[in-house]
Amino acid sequence: MSSEMTLLGQVAISCIGIRKQFVLRHTRSLKEAVVWLVKGRKGDLSKKFLALKDVSLDVKQGETVALLGLNGSGKSTLLKLISGVLQPDGGTVHTRGRVAGLIEVGAGFHHDLSGRDNVYLNGAILGMTEQQIDDKFDSIVEFSEIGEFIDTEVKFYSSGMYLRLAFSIAVHTDPEVFLIDEILAVGDEPFQRKCIAKIKELSDKGKTLFVVSHDLDLVATVCERGVLLEHGEIVMDGEVHDVVKELRRRTATV
Amino acid sequence: MTTQIDQLATPGSGRGLLDVYRDRFLLKLLVRKEIKVRYRGSVLGLLWSYVKPLVQFLIYFVALGIFLNLQRGTPNYAIYLFAGIVLVNFFTESLSNATRSIVDNRDLIRKIYLPRELFPVATVWVSAAHFLPQLVVLVGACLIVGWTPSLLQLAAFFIVFLMVAVLATGLGLLFGAMNVYFRDSENIVDMIVMVVTWASPVLYVWSMVQQVMGPWYWIYQLNPMTVAVEVFHWVFWEPTLKADQSVTGTMPPDLLTLWLPVSVAITLAVLFFGQLTFRRLAVHFAQEL
Repeated sequence: MSSEMTLLGQVAISCIGIRKQFVLRHTRSLKEAVVWLVKGRKGDLSKKFLALKDVSLDVKQGETVALLGLNGSGKSTLLKLISGVLQPDGGTVHTRGRVAGLIEVGAGFHHDLSGRDNVYLNGAILGMTEQQIDDKFDSIVEFSEIGEFIDTEVKFYSSGMYLRLAFSIAVHTDPEVFLIDEILAVGDEPFQRKCIAKIKELSDKGKTLFVVSHDLDLVATVCERGVLLEHGEIVMDGEVHDVVKELRRRTATV
Repeated sequence: MTTQIDQLATPGSGRGLLDVYRDRFLLKLLVRKEIKVRYRGSVLGLLWSYVKPLVQFLIYFVALGIFLNLQRGTPNYAIYLFAGIVLVNFFTESLSNATRSIVDNRDLIRKIYLPRELFPVATVWVSAAHFLPQLVVLVGACLIVGWTPSLLQLAAFFIVFLMVAVLATGLGLLFGAMNVYFRDSENIVDMIVMVVTWASPVLYVWSMVQQVMGPWYWIYQLNPMTVAVEVFHWVFWEPTLKADQSVTGTMPPDLLTLWLPVSVAITLAVLFFGQLTFRRLAVHFAQEL
């Protein structure tokens, strides 16, 4: 804990001038590519789309940042660049300590494995060691409220149970930086309150949170700082309530 | 997992196969998952790993051994045949599954950063797990007809098995990465798989090729799978021959002294090239899948 305290104020995520371009490839076969080459590269084989243009952003250790914006503004792309899933086409991304994403919980779940097997598999995917999973297993099961169904194959789980287990694993991975994408709407209301309480507990512990959500009231309670993205550019960066207000103002005029 | 809190790092920059070693716990879980899931809902379960190669063996034995009468010129033809089949099966299963592994795991690769080399490597381990029961059958059959291998032969077995695993990993990395961009890769591999059984002396004897190719026979020997199958014959088949059965020149000349080292070198070159290509292409996996 003390080591985390001394790290407060240090930069946890640093993005400098990042640019990300997507190629919307039309073709998926070698034949079409060869034909295109033979024809003297006429026409465009692909269409390009700039998802992020020159985004610079520093997040300090222990900060809670909400990334706001409309669909297609580049929020998820930025999150994926920070987690390392995508690589930027320009600029640099640096992170300090372990970064774990609560991105699309349950991505690593396998339907034919039991809840128990999935806890181990998903825990390892999110970067936990065998020892860490052993230690936290009971706590993960307890938080998820799965109980006796932990040895049942997850394909028999209700969607709520599935998400609760996945969320529970993710919050137990204990990284320095948490990336959270649209997952706060998990389960029923009591569980949702529990999730938000857990996330607040993490931020009290000095963890860095980076949240993407369309639930503006919710992010305003969890986060302190807001960053507004529009068409791949940062248009506002400040106190979360101000940014939410600005986003509402902008959408109202559209 | 080593994390350096005091240091800024670039996310998503891995060290290739070295990262797989660091994440071996995850590798173990991925392999275990694949083995569990492979035969889910089937009555025979893992028994299929015995049944399928045995049926394949019977087809070849009846068609080639009996109808084409290859068993007359080759004593213990059944052993000869099966030793080659199990090794080639290990290679083809590894390669075709490794080629599909990246595309099959696209849900994970698109969302979470992992050393992507994990997936092809895991498929090779799974194939090794299915190779084991076949090896047991082979050793059992060899022992029945009086197999007494030397220590050198046992050592050669491990070297060749490792070599084939590395070769499948190298080619699996190459075609698995290419498959993300061009799904033609799967079909190319299907073709390789079809050719491999016939391009190595699995069903026939190497000297038949030498008679046809003459001075160009060395080209045939450049294929690491050819050398691997020949060494497997030397390990499993040759010690079962009785004195009156032994045919002169059961093995090609310089097999262990020249061709095995050459094959190991080619295999390592393939692995290096495969890893290099994989790393270059892996940067854009998440957006291309």
